[in-house]
Amino acid sequence: MSEILLEVKDLVIHYFTDGEEACAVNGLSFDLAPQEVIGFVGETGAGKTTTALGIMGLVPNPPGRVLNGEIIFQGKDLLKASEAEMRKIRGEKITMIFQDPMTSLNPVLTVGDQIAEVVLLHNKMSKKQAMARAMEMLEMVGIPGARCSEYPHQFSGGMKQRVVIAIALACNPELLIADEPTTALDVTIQAQVLDLMRKLKEDLKTSLIMITHDLGVVAEICDKVAVIYAGEVVESGTLKDIFTDHRHPYTEGLFASIPDLDEDVDRLHVIKGLMPSPTDLPTGCKFHPRCPYATERCASERPKPVHLSDTHMVLCPRAGDGGAQKA
Amino acid sequence: MDSLLEVKKLKKYFNTPRGVLHAVDGVSFTLEKGKTLGVVGESGCGKSTLGRTVLHLLDPTSGKILFDGRDISVVDPKQLHELRREMQMVFQDPFSSINPRMTVAGIIGEPLKIYKVFDAKSDYEARVHELMETVGLADNMATKYPHELDGGRRQRIGIARALAINPKFIVCDEPVSALDVSIQAQILNLLMDLQDQLGLTYMFITHDLSVVKHISDDICVMYLGMLVEKCPAKELFVHNYHPYTKALLSAIPQPKLVQRQRILLKGEITSPINVGKKCRFAQRCPYAKEICFQKTPKLEEITPGHTIACHFAKEINGL
Repeated sequence: MSEILLEVKDLVIHYFTDGEEACAVNGLSFDLAPQEVIGFVGETGAGKTTTALGIMGLVPNPPGRVLNGEIIFQGKDLLKASEAEMRKIRGEKITMIFQDPMTSLNPVLTVGDQIAEVVLLHNKMSKKQAMARAMEMLEMVGIPGARCSEYPHQFSGGMKQRVVIAIALACNPELLIADEPTTALDVTIQAQVLDLMRKLKEDLKTSLIMITHDLGVVAEICDKVAVIYAGEVVESGTLKDIFTDHRHPYTEGLFASIPDLDEDVDRLHVIKGLMPSPTDLPTGCKFHPRCPYATERCASERPKPVHLSDTHMVLCPRAGDGGAQKA
Repeated sequence: MDSLLEVKKLKKYFNTPRGVLHAVDGVSFTLEKGKTLGVVGESGCGKSTLGRTVLHLLDPTSGKILFDGRDISVVDPKQLHELRREMQMVFQDPFSSINPRMTVAGIIGEPLKIYKVFDAKSDYEARVHELMETVGLADNMATKYPHELDGGRRQRIGIARALAINPKFIVCDEPVSALDVSIQAQILNLLMDLQDQLGLTYMFITHDLSVVKHISDDICVMYLGMLVEKCPAKELFVHNYHPYTKALLSAIPQPKLVQRQRILLKGEITSPINVGKKCRFAQRCPYAKEICFQKTPKLEEITPGHTIACHFAKEINGL
């Protein structure tokens, strides 16, 4: 696919607090074609959510500031867009769903009103028409339209997340950013919601950025994957590149630390140490203090991306040496 | 092997304005010394209530709990105080289960003070030091406060605190679900090492089947307060017979390219209030017939060591 919907180049977002500078996103780049699904994988504090907020133009300022980079959406740099332009884009072209469905809905408005609100903001139609659209959306996510006059507390967790999805998709956006949409749900409900999202993305032809820490969820729904560590993409590629031929030591560690349902292991693999604090990032390769293969060069020199194929990028010099062949 | 814990027909009901909530309804199991029982189920299935009732954090409505040969179904406060020396708990959320205004050493040492284990201050300090070393906390952490530490280290404090008075039995209620995968692996390894070194017995409550498979000897699957399937951990992943277990297993997203066949359940967990006489899974079960809505199925042994509660266990599985 040559067409590009969204291209993020060298995005740098830092938070400034009490004389400290937290480097949340440090030169992150990726692109996304129409109707494609990209998964952002990484642990807490990797900068996944900050990147998403950056794209939406929602980084709280202060303390956050976008210091560098370009976010090109349909040929237009969102970082140069005015607040009025962003308001039009948000909710209509790009929408976002959040992790916790319990707190992202307004408890004192009916779910129908909440869906209709988005529709009315972006379209010229009567309140009645907007309500009809809200009912249609509810039906689409598998909730009887008649429940449109109920309040969020009358719905279960899985249902609330469906309502949130309905709000996000009400204006037929080009891009949906889902930030850990199923983390707060039970597995059988998670399976239902993932199934729904997969169906909707095919029906509505929406592109999707799926932020998650669960590699299982990624395997279910994504076309390509970006593994994020300390605000950088350390490895990216198609689902197949990442799942069958991962080369970065961090990706390797992530896969090995998940207990396998089909195989037995006595001890789980552990990535030693902890995620570095964003106020005090290591020099050179940010992963080197935890990396089993680290050399002196890793501590001083920033690794350059190694392109193993058109799709597969690894931010580790070992990948190019062929030294990372399945250790 | 001797059994350390034997639970017979344990029930815990709660009275609510809308009726009686059957949180745990007639659960029986035995747990051998030095083994781990995994309890799995989704939110609201009663797995945490089961753990808390066994520990007497909640008093059982009816049923028997035998611990180390003693009947502890009914205990007075004095007996309970003594009992807690032997049974401890590690909680899910390392952010809210430890006191933010105490230092790490203070939190870990508190049980030692409550039970007046040591007379000499030096002995007490040596024990706290030893505990910190056991769970892998560096010495300089002793004077820090919980907010200065990350989730993994806080969970290590919770574990050290539970170990302080040398209990025989520990209930771990979702100890790793608030942690990132790489940290989760560290804590799981730690718990398993401690079991080897100290001969601990665990009841491990979780919703994560891959975690429970890794750590348990036996697994109980719960649904709406009842045990629906119980068998050795490895067996469950090869032969599972209950329709709910099948659906639960198939629902886990696998970090693999080839996904397993998915059984998608309809609807959500039903209300545990005024449950009546029927199979509690019937409304969501793809195999449900009339009898499932009339009679609660009994837990029966289907193959040696493998029990399930389903009217059509044999038919569904072609046994």
